[in-house]
Amino acid sequence: MKRLVAFLVLVLSSIEAFAQEAVTADKPQMADAFRADGKIYVVVLVLSLVFVGLATYLVIIDRKVAKLEKQLNEKKSI
Amino acid sequence: MAIKQHWWKALGVALVLYSIVMGFLGTVPALWVLHETIRNLYFHVTMWFAMMTMLTISLGYSIAYLRNFKREYDVIATEAANIAMLFGAIGIVTGMAWANFTWGEPWPNDPKLNGVAVGMLAYVAYFILRASIDEISKRGRIAAVYNIFAWVMFLVFVNALPRMADDSMHPGQAANPGFGALAPGMRTVFYPGVVGWILVGIWLLNIRKRSREIEYKLLQNELN
Repeated sequence: MKRLVAFLVLVLSSIEAFAQEAVTADKPQMADAFRADGKIYVVVLVLSLVFVGLATYLVIIDRKVAKLEKQLNEKKSI
Repeated sequence: MAIKQHWWKALGVALVLYSIVMGFLGTVPALWVLHETIRNLYFHVTMWFAMMTMLTISLGYSIAYLRNFKREYDVIATEAANIAMLFGAIGIVTGMAWANFTWGEPWPNDPKLNGVAVGMLAYVAYFILRASIDEISKRGRIAAVYNIFAWVMFLVFVNALPRMADDSMHPGQAANPGFGALAPGMRTVFYPGVVGWILVGIWLLNIRKRSREIEYKLLQNELN
């Protein structure tokens, strides 16, 4: 029964997306079925990985710059 | 030494990560027109908060430069404005994507949008002005004075004028509720996200400034 309801919500939401609010629903449609299916975790995981990847790259750039600073300072003192 | 110097970078990344995870898993109010897209608030609006912070840092260093003409201050002011433009560009693109789905077109006739376009052009003028003056101290001084004007102009076009407009679809404008009306459950995700992006922005600024210093020192070594 739960699955049937979820299925119907999904079907209805896709119709509503095309009808742009014209559907006479009592409440605004939310992606509840998407959440219930646990598929939202896939999105969260992918976005988190993208951001962690970029942050890691930023750490690498930071270290590289620090290394250059060190090299330059050592050169100066000689 | 390492932790003492870098903790704020890790904090920034952690806060943004938190806003990404909770931005999708947290509950949001079910609203017409917006539906699930209200979650864009965590990512689109944080860009503007980070941009405004970077512009204010730029302003602060420009004023500091005018007080004692320290070369580093001019570098920081320029690079902060640079990072601000990055956040602004991302803010505009994400806003256009969001507007296309909720308001029906990527660039509706909204005073906030047009204000941002004018405000960012004021900063484009700042960079053109800098590039057009060869003498370093002159460039620093004129650019710093103009930067103060640009900041005020940005504030007027982006924050003051849209507020007085009759119709705007952005929060806090015309008769719309502002961020004080934000759902409590969303506040605990939005504000950490804002702080996180600001810290990431300062990190970017830090790297840019340091690489500019290396560039400067190399040039100095060459000249000597």
